[in-house]
Amino acid sequence: MNSSTRVSLPSRLVATQLEVGYGDRRVLNQVDFAVPNGQLTILVGPNGCGKSTLLKSLARILTPSGGVVCLDGQDIHQSRTRDVAKKLALLPQDPVAPEGMTVREVVAQGRFPHQRILQQWSREDERAVEEAMSVAQVNDFAHRSIGELSGGQRQRCWIAMVLAQETDLILLDEPTTFLDLKIQVDVMNLLARLAHEKQRTLVVVLHELNLAAAYADYLVMMRDGAVLHQGTPEEIFSPDNLYQVFGLDAQVIRDPHSDRLICVPTLPDLAVSRSAKLAVV
Amino acid sequence: MIRRIHSAHVQNHYSINAVLRHLLTLATVLAVLIFMFTWHVSVGAKSLPLDAVFQALFDGQAVTMTHVIVWDLRMPRALTAALVGGGLGVAGAMLQGVSRNPLAEPSLLGLMAGASFAVVMAVNTFHFSDVFWLPWVAAVGALIAAVVVWLIAQLAPGGLNSLNLILAGSAVTAFLASLVSVVLILNQETFEQLRVWLSGSLSGQKTNELKVAMPLMMVAFLFALYLSSKVTVLAMGDEVALGLGLKTGWLKVQVLICVVVLTACSVALAGPIGFVGLVIPHVVRLFVGVDYRWVIPYSALVGACYLLLVDIIARLALRPEEVSTGIVTALFGAPLFVYLVRARAR
Repeated sequence: MNSSTRVSLPSRLVATQLEVGYGDRRVLNQVDFAVPNGQLTILVGPNGCGKSTLLKSLARILTPSGGVVCLDGQDIHQSRTRDVAKKLALLPQDPVAPEGMTVREVVAQGRFPHQRILQQWSREDERAVEEAMSVAQVNDFAHRSIGELSGGQRQRCWIAMVLAQETDLILLDEPTTFLDLKIQVDVMNLLARLAHEKQRTLVVVLHELNLAAAYADYLVMMRDGAVLHQGTPEEIFSPDNLYQVFGLDAQVIRDPHSDRLICVPTLPDLAVSRSAKLAVV
Repeated sequence: MIRRIHSAHVQNHYSINAVLRHLLTLATVLAVLIFMFTWHVSVGAKSLPLDAVFQALFDGQAVTMTHVIVWDLRMPRALTAALVGGGLGVAGAMLQGVSRNPLAEPSLLGLMAGASFAVVMAVNTFHFSDVFWLPWVAAVGALIAAVVVWLIAQLAPGGLNSLNLILAGSAVTAFLASLVSVVLILNQETFEQLRVWLSGSLSGQKTNELKVAMPLMMVAFLFALYLSSKVTVLAMGDEVALGLGLKTGWLKVQVLICVVVLTACSVALAGPIGFVGLVIPHVVRLFVGVDYRWVIPYSALVGACYLLLVDIIARLALRPEEVSTGIVTALFGAPLFVYLVRARAR
């Protein structure tokens, strides 16, 4: 059941025959991918599969050696980068703000693409920053230094920064890494709300498979620089696909409360290993 | 709901307070600068009362003895101190912001050694004394040194990180300093000509040098102000900055040009003066935060105040002898900096 060729959803951001390499190593291999509008798309795959590279190429901060990324029909690498930044925001993995920068100052940087030399800070900028901070719920510590915050608060603050950019498309590279599970869930709830209530288009690289299956409207599985499967979790989150993509031996079951799919790695049979141990003794 | 309104209220108050606070700080620093400038001019072989200096400074028409001393003899040196201090402060601030490296500054990154080396070679080899071209010679030296440092750091294992940059800068500085020593040992005449200059000195008549360097530095200051908001964005990291639509490569080139001009003019005016570029931006950040739209102008003002003060001390400390300003800069600056860092840690 290979569903990598299905493209039917409307899309503003499209990669065609995308090739990216570092030196001799080819990281992306002629990838075709269209980001579905207004949905939460999640990219998963084993380490080094090229998911972050795909995200960075979609965000035009990596230049492909072949193929093209189009935003609204225009080659994103040929467009004015500031114009792109008004439509598309990127949150890189593990960003670090200068020491002593306050939350509000970080969020305010999100307005950079909207500012001109003569008009540095407008009422519009002020409104966007306030709104972004209240959506990401960082108002309570707006004037604290970002370095003093917990990991989850800090991540919400960076999300507020990309929200202040007021773009329809938002790309995030592993926004939940290094966070506690509860905080990961908070961040994912926030991202889901952005897609479903604010009609933003989100593309998120994620490590945690069960979070991906639970939150993705559209799930993309990558391996060795290629997209192997894409579709709703219902369509592609299967033991066969998990084995093919990750080499993971797992059961996929349905959570009776939420009706969502979860994968449970197959454990070695405890009884067998115990008796094996006994046999050795 | 009530809480929301309350926090919005606090918000507004805060921003008005913030603007007021900035204006107040700005007024204070400007007042200090004017005071330092006046004091600087009043100090000399004939000590002038402050009010007389003040009067002469703001009354351009009068033809008195005081007026002549102030405008023709002492003003150039005060202007030089202010320009060099401000220029090095801004150069350090920009380098630190762009490289995200708290140790970045013109002298640690080899730019100053490159500029000095170029000047020494020009004087030694071509008996170069055309004041008009001096900043340009220094600029070429600074630029080449910067590019070499950048290449060495780039090619080193680990790539272009903070540590490699500083190591490469130190290596290039040490290498060029030895070359300068060799040249000076071999050529007594050049040595005599440049000895004082090489220790970082503001003495001597600088009127002609100023005519060339001052307009250049003024343009560089304006350019730095124009770049300042972009430097803040780049200080958040290359990927964040790229995502926000900043052309990071182009900005780095612009910053380098600006820094090279400021460093070269400073070196042409006063020789290599270290420490100011390193410390002034840190001191400024203690008070105004990390937004370079504030850090850069304040670094200019505070740097100017600092070098004026240092030059006053250099002239007063061992009167009638005069200590090189470059020596006093670190002598007083280092303890002051340690004190400020400790005060902040508390």
